[in-house]
Amino acid sequence: MKIVVCVKQVPDTTEVKLDPKTNTLIRDGVPSIINPDDKAGIEAALQLKEKLNDGSTVTIVSMGPPQADVALREALAMGADEAYLLSDRQFGGSDTYATSTIIAAGLKKIGYDLVITGRQAIDGDTAQVGPQIAEHLAIPQVSYAEEIISLDKDKIVVKRQFEDRYHILELPIPCLITSLSELAEPRYMSVGGIYDAYGVKEVKVLGFEDLKEMFDPARIGLKGSPTNVVKSFTKQAKGAGTKYDDVSADEAVKIIVDKLEERHII
Amino acid sequence: MSKDVFVFMEQRDGELAKVGIELIGKASELAADLGEKVVAVVLGSGIKEKAQVCVEFGADKVVVVDDPMLKEYLTEPYAEAVEAVIKKYDPEIFLYGASSIGRDLAPRVSARIYTGLTADCTGLAIDPETRLLQMTRPAFGGNIMATILCKDRRPQMATVRPGVMQALAKDTAKKGDIEELKVEFTTPLVKIKEVIKEDKKTVDITEAKYLVSGGRGIGSPEFFKELQKLADVLGGEISSSRANVDAGWIDKSRQVGQTGKTVRPDLYMACGISGAIQHVAGMEGSEFIVAINKNDTAPIFDLADLGIVGDVKVIIPKLTEAVAKLKAEKNAQ
Repeated sequence: MKIVVCVKQVPDTTEVKLDPKTNTLIRDGVPSIINPDDKAGIEAALQLKEKLNDGSTVTIVSMGPPQADVALREALAMGADEAYLLSDRQFGGSDTYATSTIIAAGLKKIGYDLVITGRQAIDGDTAQVGPQIAEHLAIPQVSYAEEIISLDKDKIVVKRQFEDRYHILELPIPCLITSLSELAEPRYMSVGGIYDAYGVKEVKVLGFEDLKEMFDPARIGLKGSPTNVVKSFTKQAKGAGTKYDDVSADEAVKIIVDKLEERHII
Repeated sequence: MSKDVFVFMEQRDGELAKVGIELIGKASELAADLGEKVVAVVLGSGIKEKAQVCVEFGADKVVVVDDPMLKEYLTEPYAEAVEAVIKKYDPEIFLYGASSIGRDLAPRVSARIYTGLTADCTGLAIDPETRLLQMTRPAFGGNIMATILCKDRRPQMATVRPGVMQALAKDTAKKGDIEELKVEFTTPLVKIKEVIKEDKKTVDITEAKYLVSGGRGIGSPEFFKELQKLADVLGGEISSSRANVDAGWIDKSRQVGQTGKTVRPDLYMACGISGAIQHVAGMEGSEFIVAINKNDTAPIFDLADLGIVGDVKVIIPKLTEAVAKLKAEKNAQ
């Protein structure tokens, strides 16, 4: 079985800025990590591969700038078999629709049986790209997967979380699931894994020319995106808070209660 | 031509979710600005009677798809039903709750019909000049707000966080049209093997208006009971830093932070939380932050609107009592 995990490299801190001209994200100089939900997805995929132990493979796919190579190497060092970076200037500025269009094209090119994506990325928090990929590929999806109960070559059983319930769902392969970070606790990279990731294994790059047969070029990139950020602004800076460091418990309670009342919380 | 503001009315076991009612409230404003109507879309099985509720809360029209296929939520039949509604009525705007259903369904629909979707909006308005829907949402841990437009594709679609929009007052005299739509469903590929309802209502801390959150400084798992009492009198929920979750003191679903949930409540009360960057990433978008911590150099104080250097174990029980007393007085008035 070919298990493909879609990952996104995301900024590690909240020190993120937008380019005021294009309103797109400036990534330079910001330390980056693999998005946590995606990393849980990588771990889940590796565990499935180990359990199946039938020659199944784990492939990692990411769309992003050339720097995202690092994230893919990390996934390789965790034990993934191969990695693809979908990268091209023409992919830049894509919204979730355009991004999912490009990733779905990449998946068609690479091939897949089970696709795993993180539920959502910590920078954008949209949770949209996974279900959109599934729709582009015309395969069933389950989002908010908390546990993979069983997997065999033609079906997977997944526990899906809702606010007030769970569903135990059976999906045919091929399908796509979006993983919660609860799905699996990611392992660390091994020394041998790191060696392989930078020595033996390679990150294959697919650009516009490689994928153009697989998508409608009018539906990718900044121009093909149905939505555009037209304005971005930092939330109004909070006035310096008030700190009381020498009050009794009773005084503290009064201060808090007054403030809560003032703000109509009580 | 595209027209009207449509609202997806989420339901579970035949009960309409509050977020849909709230969205009708917002949709009424948007529709008034556009000079158009509010249309509620009710999908479910044996659900027809709920259409009138939508009218009473402000819908001008209700489209009902009543089919056994829609009893429990499944992506495929729900996406087919919404697609059928969009194809038939050509909405200008379509709003969904940013719940685990809305955030599964809406992106599937957006990809199917090739239109834009803006996630998790906290603000919606109509630009008076262009008549476009301005969708505003937080990104990057809530530090940056972005306003997004969907200029050319229709409907303009957004998911909206529960608890953000205001529902209208119920008006039992209000009249509205109720239409039923029949949909030809394909057989879904995904099968529900089992539905497990949680005994205790699972709490989604991202939906709580007020959070009382405990860090390492609360000292013991038992102290969460004290925090719960305070949360109860405030009408909020409890949440936690990662350390207490890792220690097994509280369920992971309550964890705030980079590896937990991102919350933006009206009140975040950080009790014995030092304010590590990973935690801050999950709560700094909160409207009003109160921090109580023994350590006066705790980084949480750099962020708190109101900081109290003191012992949570002494302050919290007193605070609970004071809040309860004040509330009782107010209720008596």
